[in-house]
Amino acid sequence: MLTVANLSKRFGGVHAVQDVSFTIPRGCVYSVIGPNGAGKTTLFNLISGLYTPTSGSIGFEGQEIGGAAPDQLARRGMSRTFQNLQICRNLSAIDNVMVGAHLTLNSSMVAGMLRWPGLSRADRACRERAAALMERVGCGAFIRADAAAMPYGALKRLEIARALASEPKILFLDEPAAGLNHTETHGIQTLVADLARSGLTVVVVEHDMKLVMSVSDRILVLNYGRRLAEGTPSEIRENPEVIAAYLGADAEED
Amino acid sequence: MTHHPDQSLPRSRQSISGPILGPGSRRVVGLAALAAVVALLPLLLPNAFYFDVAIRIAILAVNGIALNLLMGYTGQISLGHAGFFGLGAYGSAVLTTHFGWAPLPALLAAAGLTAVIAWGVARVILRLRGHYLAMATLGLGIIISIVLGNEAAWTGGPDGMPVDGFSLFGLTLSGERQWYWVFGGLLIATVILAQNLIDSPAGRALQALHGSETAASVAGIDVGRRKIAVFVLSATVSAMLGSLSAHYSGYINPGIAGFLQSVELVIIVVLGGMASIYGSIFGAVVMGLLPQILAGYEGWDSVLFGVILVVTMIFLPRGVVPSLATRLRSAGVTGKGGAAC
Repeated sequence: MLTVANLSKRFGGVHAVQDVSFTIPRGCVYSVIGPNGAGKTTLFNLISGLYTPTSGSIGFEGQEIGGAAPDQLARRGMSRTFQNLQICRNLSAIDNVMVGAHLTLNSSMVAGMLRWPGLSRADRACRERAAALMERVGCGAFIRADAAAMPYGALKRLEIARALASEPKILFLDEPAAGLNHTETHGIQTLVADLARSGLTVVVVEHDMKLVMSVSDRILVLNYGRRLAEGTPSEIRENPEVIAAYLGADAEED
Repeated sequence: MTHHPDQSLPRSRQSISGPILGPGSRRVVGLAALAAVVALLPLLLPNAFYFDVAIRIAILAVNGIALNLLMGYTGQISLGHAGFFGLGAYGSAVLTTHFGWAPLPALLAAAGLTAVIAWGVARVILRLRGHYLAMATLGLGIIISIVLGNEAAWTGGPDGMPVDGFSLFGLTLSGERQWYWVFGGLLIATVILAQNLIDSPAGRALQALHGSETAASVAGIDVGRRKIAVFVLSATVSAMLGSLSAHYSGYINPGIAGFLQSVELVIIVVLGGMASIYGSIFGAVVMGLLPQILAGYEGWDSVLFGVILVVTMIFLPRGVVPSLATRLRSAGVTGKGGAAC
């Protein structure tokens, strides 16, 4: 479904991502792991259009998307969340989710001003769907809340609801469990598994190994911007290079 | 700390489907109140002078709402918005005076021209953010007022130029009382259209890009195009308003497009409340009335005006209307919350 070939991104002299290739099959949960600074989020930002690749290609459903703008990629069925939350704190929680459904509604300004026939009805239906999505991801308690009044853990889930509202083909979760406690992390784990069961292709960047090992079909390991290994969770667990990168990291940094 | 009451009590599925979440009936109440004030105010206004004050407040309010769409809702500052008002006013004045156009086509042509200028400018300057956008719009407004002041052959230069009355199908608007209904109706129409926009998917997109451009673009919103669109809309409304007010006042000078007028509009938006339609009306009322009230304290009026603005912003930092609305609501919630606990 998504094919990345020889992808590189340089920031000045820093090679954040270097010559990385991998393929994500349709309908699987694909995780990207690696020590801090390994280039995981840069990779996500490249694929979702926030950064332009220095070189290499990204193919989505057979078409090249490297360098396309984020809103163009949303039209093609990509959606994502953010490690550092990107919540619209000036909007209510449910409006944040409805922003995710932007492309499913008539968003012309003239139509909005004149209350085009059918627009209010479509918007109400969208609001109901957004409420159901909030229930589904486990932040249904905040349906009437302002986004600015919500706790961190619930905002993580709210972002997932917003990402799902666009009815994506592929969903990118950037550290969905970062900053969450054990119980909340377990909840995210259940949610990701649930999303995968519904047939959605899910790509996860995550540090929590328990979560990664339990939900992933395949895992890509990055280190210093390069591909270190790729395979099933059991292959990755036993890969000596991966073990060295994780266990030896502290010794090397000193 | 404060526990969110909803946190411990997940709502049942039934409550989702109710008419819970939308803007709902508050809109109708606000609009009815505004219409009633506009309809009944003439009974209280003793003479043409007060009608003139009311008209000027309505003009400020419509202009404030137009700027609020850009500034309060979409988060793009403009320190040169009076420039567009001036373009509309002078466009109408020049076309009717020098070219003999009828007022309505002149108004539409001036609005169209302003829209094109705003579009061209927006494509360039809306790439900027924060202080840089403020500087660019400030410069734009100043350039417009300088051009209007220097093109003396067309505009009469710094002395200004007279403008004919507004006539349509052989009928000419005359006197403050007739114009009052024009601007009163215009204010109500503006409030309806602006609220429709804010509550629509398009309005949500504008507010979303204010909250997070990254989140908006990932959700499929073309952030650049939306910013340009709202800038053009806001500028065009100001231009049409400028045309009408030029015909109303019968005389214009470059000062109407100047920096002070632009700042006055920003004060209306910020004082009344960013992202609040009624806030802008409130701001316009304050801006229109306060100088009249303070006129008695000669020499001290500017000082008092400044002090009132500073004190208001210290105690109601989000603007008068949103701050008071929140206080009223939280007072209500505490009452109910106490009973529930």
